[in-house]
Amino acid sequence: MTVDHRQHHLDALRSSISVGLYPIQFLIDLPSTAGDWLQESFSSRRTLQEENARMHAQRLLLQARLQKFEALEAENLRLRELLDSSFKASDRVLIAELMSVDLDPYRHEVLLNKGKAHKVYVGQPLLDAFGVMGQIVEATPYTATAMLITDPAHAIPVQVNRNGLRSIVVGTGKLQELSLPYIPNSADIQAGDLLVTSGLGGRFPPGYPVAEVVAVTVDPGHAFAQITARPLSHLDRSREVLLVWPPAPRRPAIEPVDAGELDGPGEPGATDTGDAAPTDAAPTDASTEATAETVTDTPAASATPATPAPVETPPSAVEQEE
Amino acid sequence: MSALAQRHGGGIIFLSLIVALLLTIVPLPEDLRLLRPDWVLLVLIYWAMALPHRVGVGIGWIMGLINDVLTGMLLGQHALAYCLVIFLTLKLHQRLRLYPLWQQAQSVLVLLALGQLLLLWINGMIGRPIHSWLYWAPSVLGALLWPVLFVLLRGLRRAFRVV
Repeated sequence: MTVDHRQHHLDALRSSISVGLYPIQFLIDLPSTAGDWLQESFSSRRTLQEENARMHAQRLLLQARLQKFEALEAENLRLRELLDSSFKASDRVLIAELMSVDLDPYRHEVLLNKGKAHKVYVGQPLLDAFGVMGQIVEATPYTATAMLITDPAHAIPVQVNRNGLRSIVVGTGKLQELSLPYIPNSADIQAGDLLVTSGLGGRFPPGYPVAEVVAVTVDPGHAFAQITARPLSHLDRSREVLLVWPPAPRRPAIEPVDAGELDGPGEPGATDTGDAAPTDAAPTDASTEATAETVTDTPAASATPATPAPVETPPSAVEQEE
Repeated sequence: MSALAQRHGGGIIFLSLIVALLLTIVPLPEDLRLLRPDWVLLVLIYWAMALPHRVGVGIGWIMGLINDVLTGMLLGQHALAYCLVIFLTLKLHQRLRLYPLWQQAQSVLVLLALGQLLLLWINGMIGRPIHSWLYWAPSVLGALLWPVLFVLLRGLRRAFRVV
């Protein structure tokens, strides 16, 4: 057990056992897959036509938006060249499906029907149509386990879309709630703010929506404001999800620390500047947070509008480079 | 030990364990997920009690490993718990067989809770403590279901003459 927890020598064993168990998982998933299939085959012509029409309309709408997006992308590229910063290509994605299989009820993990055979890797970001869902924590040949952002052992570096304020969003163990434990009382953040991935930590590509701030409670007795957010992705409803391969060559990632090592929200000492600690997106314990800070990849920071951070945040190394 | 000479019905044991594994991951509504009893362990306890020469600590260990992989837990976590519980069942099997059903259920409750305690302890050590009292519900439910399961498996065992 210690070997499995601390090192990763047993991954091969786990993989081979899980291949043997795939039929069981497949069997359990079968009723819902078959249900979907039946529903599709027996839906009336009219329903299909309606759906088709709706999708046509939606496609038209999206394409119109895409035109604008392309123009914007070109403009963005041009401006970036002017600024001499690196260009980010769009990300490669793969659609995977959740298998309706229950895992440990005390963890927020889901099973996907794509695995190493489809080049899924540990630490890979997982999205749905509405935002970031989580990341892969375990990949076997035909399946992969993903940890959702609401798992209490998960943390993800984000940025407030409105003003670029950086922080970390931590899972709470409730499906509709996330918390931002490291934002000082005086920071400029309010209910309704959109939180997007900051790309710091190098695991999640920058600019994807994560959550929306629901409530900000400032209690002068506490060092940090109590902020809760609601995940934007449909964590309990999406069945189709997107696996993303971020384009930039990955630096040797910090070893995917085992999920279990985050014991609580971390001590205040490790997060001296509150919102300026760009930790690795992986669930890490407080001691590795400090090391993660020094190795974040720099170009990621310029992806989203980087207005000067609020006064009380000392500009981090990342910003000085710009 | 004459039973060793004529082993019979291994398929039934195997099948019952497979069904238990299926029940372990079958999707349930969110509220019921926390109550799901440990089917694999219940079935293992039955076989270890009824046929101690066939199902022992080794099979418990293997089923535990499989359960770990299936539910994405730390490898060996369930295996250790199952080993302990099956070992105790083997030690107690002659006494357990004589108990009336409700008293058996009580003993099973203790065994299940012991297994869960071990899991809780390991989870706590790897930094995933569980604070809810509901954590113990699967043991209680498992013990409540024990009489039904016992009668069912005994029927199976007799019908297929598993020895």
